[in-house]
Amino acid sequence: MQSATNSELAQRFPDLHPALDARAAAVEANRCLNCFDAPCMGACPAHIDVPRFIAMIASDNVAGSAKTILDANVLGASCARACPVEALCEGACVLHGKRERPVEIGRLQRFAMETFYDAGGRLALRRREERSERVACIGAGPASLACAAELRQQGFQVCVIDRRALPGGLNTYGVAEYKLRAADSLREVEMVRGLGVQFEIRDVDATALEEIECASDAVFLGLGLGAMRRLDVEGAESVGERMIDALEFIAAYKTGTPMRVGPRVIVTGAGNTAMDAARAAKRLGAERVTVLYRRQREEIPAFDFEYERALGEGVEFVWATQPTAIAQRGDGIALTCVAVAQDATGKLTQIADSEFTIECDAAISAIGQSPLLELLSQVRGVAMERGRVAINRATGQTANPKYFAGGDCVNGGREVVDAVADGKRAALGIAAWLSKTRAEEDASDNAGIPRSAQDKTGMRGAMRG
Amino acid sequence: MADLTTNFAGIRSANPFWLASGPPTNTGEQIMRAFDAGWGGAVWKTIGEPVVNTSSRYSSVDWRAQRMMGLSNIELISDRPIEVNLRELAEVKRRYPKHAVVASLMVESKREAWHEIVKRAEGTGADGLELNFGCPHGMNERGMGSAVGQVPEYSERITAWVKEVARTPVLVKLTPNVTDIRAIARAARRAGADGLSAINTINSITGIDLDTLMPQPNVDGKSTHGGYCGPAVRPIALNMVQQILSDEVGGPGVAVSGIGGVGNWRDAAEFLLMGCSSIQVCTAAMHYGYRIVEEMIDGMSNWMDAKGFAVIDDFRGKSLGRMTEWKHLNLNYKVVARIDEALCIGCQLCHIACWDGAHQCIHVDRVSGPVDGPVEMHARPREMGRERIVATPIAKLGPPKVHVGPYATTLERIPRVDETECVGCNLCSLVCPVNGCIAMVERPTGLAAESWAERSRANIRG
Repeated sequence: MQSATNSELAQRFPDLHPALDARAAAVEANRCLNCFDAPCMGACPAHIDVPRFIAMIASDNVAGSAKTILDANVLGASCARACPVEALCEGACVLHGKRERPVEIGRLQRFAMETFYDAGGRLALRRREERSERVACIGAGPASLACAAELRQQGFQVCVIDRRALPGGLNTYGVAEYKLRAADSLREVEMVRGLGVQFEIRDVDATALEEIECASDAVFLGLGLGAMRRLDVEGAESVGERMIDALEFIAAYKTGTPMRVGPRVIVTGAGNTAMDAARAAKRLGAERVTVLYRRQREEIPAFDFEYERALGEGVEFVWATQPTAIAQRGDGIALTCVAVAQDATGKLTQIADSEFTIECDAAISAIGQSPLLELLSQVRGVAMERGRVAINRATGQTANPKYFAGGDCVNGGREVVDAVADGKRAALGIAAWLSKTRAEEDASDNAGIPRSAQDKTGMRGAMRG
Repeated sequence: MADLTTNFAGIRSANPFWLASGPPTNTGEQIMRAFDAGWGGAVWKTIGEPVVNTSSRYSSVDWRAQRMMGLSNIELISDRPIEVNLRELAEVKRRYPKHAVVASLMVESKREAWHEIVKRAEGTGADGLELNFGCPHGMNERGMGSAVGQVPEYSERITAWVKEVARTPVLVKLTPNVTDIRAIARAARRAGADGLSAINTINSITGIDLDTLMPQPNVDGKSTHGGYCGPAVRPIALNMVQQILSDEVGGPGVAVSGIGGVGNWRDAAEFLLMGCSSIQVCTAAMHYGYRIVEEMIDGMSNWMDAKGFAVIDDFRGKSLGRMTEWKHLNLNYKVVARIDEALCIGCQLCHIACWDGAHQCIHVDRVSGPVDGPVEMHARPREMGRERIVATPIAKLGPPKVHVGPYATTLERIPRVDETECVGCNLCSLVCPVNGCIAMVERPTGLAAESWAERSRANIRG
C-alpha cells in the first residue's frame, strides 16, 4: 500500500479538481444563493443539506459544515471527490438558469471534509446506550460502510466482512486515482472503525455465510458486483495476461503495482470504467489507446464529461465496432474486429466483409461487471430480479426478513453516493426491524408466554458467548 | 462629452471628484500623483495640533467574502510638522494651479490659534479651508474634532473666528455622530460658512477577533472606537446630506460636498442628484488607489451624455424634491409583486423571505393549482428532508432531463404571488437574484391620493 502513494503515481494521477484553500472556499461558498428547498439537495442521492453546509463554510463554521455532511453521508469525503457532480448536485444548481457556472459544491464539500480530517475529526455516536443486537455487513464497500456506521452510531454491534486485504471496496480499489486516492478511502474507513465497527478479512462462501447468519440478528449484503464480464470472442483464453479486466487494471495501479501495458492498448466498452481505464493506460505509458464501442457516440453509457476528459487526454474512439476474435501475434496480440449496423429497434448486426485487424499490446475489457449470482444463490430466501437483489426500496429489506441489501448488488452498478444512500436506508430499516422485533419479544415476555428453546434471544445469547 | 467642471462655493475644479482629507492626501507627492490620475481636487490631510499616531490604526468589516465593506480608523490628523505640510501645499498649488486644493484645519479652540492657522494656510495659495469638526476619535478627547462638531454653539463660535480672517471659502466638515445634523449645519451657516462637507466618519467598533477575544484594531492589547467609512456608510451619508439640504432654515443655497462611501460614478451621481456640489472620496482610493477616478470620470460623463445632461447643474439636486416626510406619502398607492416566470430560476428565496420575513403571500403551490385566499401551511425543509431520505427514489443518472413546460424552470418550482394578500413591501424583489424577474407593479386602487397628514386632519375635522 505504501508504494501506492509514491510520488510517481501522484505525479501521473494528479487531482482532477484540486482542493480549495480557506479563502477561495469562502468566496465560493458565498456564491451560493441558499435556495429554499434547494434543488441540489434533492439531486443528491444521500440528500445532504447542501445550502446548510455551504452557509456554514461561509460563516467559518467548518466543523458544523462537516458534521452536516457526515450526518447525511458518512463517506462525504470520498463522495466529494468521486461524485459525478455535473450530473447530480451541481447539475441541479439554479445558477445554470442565470447562465452562471454552478456553485462548486463538490469542491466545497471536499474542503469541509478535509478540514475536518486535518483537525482529527471523529464521528460521534448518536446515542449513548449500547444495543446488544449484532449485524454483519458483508462486503466492505461504500454501502456496507454507510450501513455499518449508521447502525454503530445507533449503538448496534456491527462487523464488516470482506475478502480483500484492504477495506473500502471500489473506493479503495476501483475509483480512478485522480478522483479518489486509495489513502483517502482508507482514512474514511478508519473513521468508521473509530466508531467501534469491527472489520474482518474473510472469504464468504456458503459455510461462512451460514455461520455469519447464525451469529447475527441481521445481515446486510453490500457485495457489489462480480468480475468484469469476459470478452466472449474466439481465442480469448489464448492471450493470457494480455487480456486485462479493467477493474483489476485500476486496482493494480491504485495499490502500487501497476500492470505493464505496452505502447498500444485497446479498451472495449464505453462506460465510465472504460474511460477511467483508458485514461489510466495513457498515464501509465501507453502511446495509443483506442476505445472500441459497438454502438454510436450518442449511446455511450459514460457521462459526457468523462468522455470529454478521455478525448482531452488523447484517447481515440472507434464507433460501431465489435471484436470477434483475438490471437497472439509476435510480441503482441491481434484483435479481429467487425463493423456493426444498428436497426431502428436498436438491434445490432455485424456487417459482412467488414472485418479488420488491430494489433496491440494489451486489450482491456470494460464491458460491465457480472452479478455475483453464485454467492447470492446461497442466501436462502433472498429473491433476485434480473441478476440483482430485490429489496423493499424504503427499508432495504429482502424477501428473507433477516437480510437487507444495498449498493451495486441491488442497483446494478451506480455511483458511490447511491451505495451510501442505500446503505444508510438499509441501516434505518434494520434498526427499525430489530427494534420492532425486540418490542414484540418484550411484549410476549410480559404476557408470560414461555419462550421456545430456539427463540431468538436464546440464540443471540449463545452466539455472544 | 459632458462638461464635468465644478464650482463649489467659488472653488473651481475640472471635475467634482475630490480626494477627502485622509491618508491619500497626506503628502504633496501623493496629491500630485492623484491630480495626474485625474482627480479634480483634494482636501489636504488635516493640519494643526501636533499628534502622535498609533500602530495599528485600521480595522474593517468584510461582507460575504468581500473585503472592506466598511473601514474604521483611529488615525489622527497629520503627524507631519505644520511647516512641511504648508510648504508642500504651496508647491502643489504652484504646480497645479487649476486643481482645487483645500486645507483642512484643526487646532485647539482658541481664537488666536485659529486666526494663525487660517492665515498660514491661506498664505500657501490654498483655494479654501475645511474646518475639521468631525474627527470622532482621539482629537475629540482633547476638545477638538467632533467635540466641537457635536455642540452647535462651539461650531458656530469657531466658524465665526475663522471667518473673521479668512479670505478664501470656508467649509465646515460635519460629524454624523449627533442626534440632528441640521442643528450643526444651521450653526455653521449662521457663522458664515460658505459650504459644508458631510459626513465625517461614524463612531464604530468593527469587530472582535474570536480566537483572541481582542476587539479590533489591536494596539498592544487594547482597542478604542474608530471612525467608520466605506461603502457601508453611504446610505447614512446620503440621508444626512438630504437632511441638511431639505432643511428649510439651513438648506437653501448651501453648497454641500458629499462624503461617505463613494466608490464609483454611480455613488457620486446619487450625491449630486441629492443636491451636493462636489464629491469627496477616501476609502475607495485607500482600497484601490487613485486610478479609480478614471472610471468615475468616464462613467459620469457617459451617463450624462445618455441622459442629455450637458453640465452638472443640469441634474444637480433633481432628486431632492422627491424626498418628503413619511406623513406626506400617498396611502392609497398600491403595488404588488409580479414574478416573470420566464426569468425565474426557481431558487424560491422570494417565497421564504415573504413567508418568514414579510406577509405570507408568495406560495410554492403551482402543482396544487391557483389559490387566492387563505394562507397555507408549508412543510419545513428539515421535515421534507427526513421524508425523502427514507424514500429517495433511485434516480436515473445521466444528462439532465430534457425539461418540458412553458418556462425554463419547472412550474412547480416557480413561486406564485397571491396579489390579494401582497402588501407591496418590495422584499421579494430585493432578495430575488435575477435582474428584472420580480417587478413591483401598480394596482390602481381607484382612490384619490391621501396622506397620513391629510387623513389625520380629516379625522380631527370629522
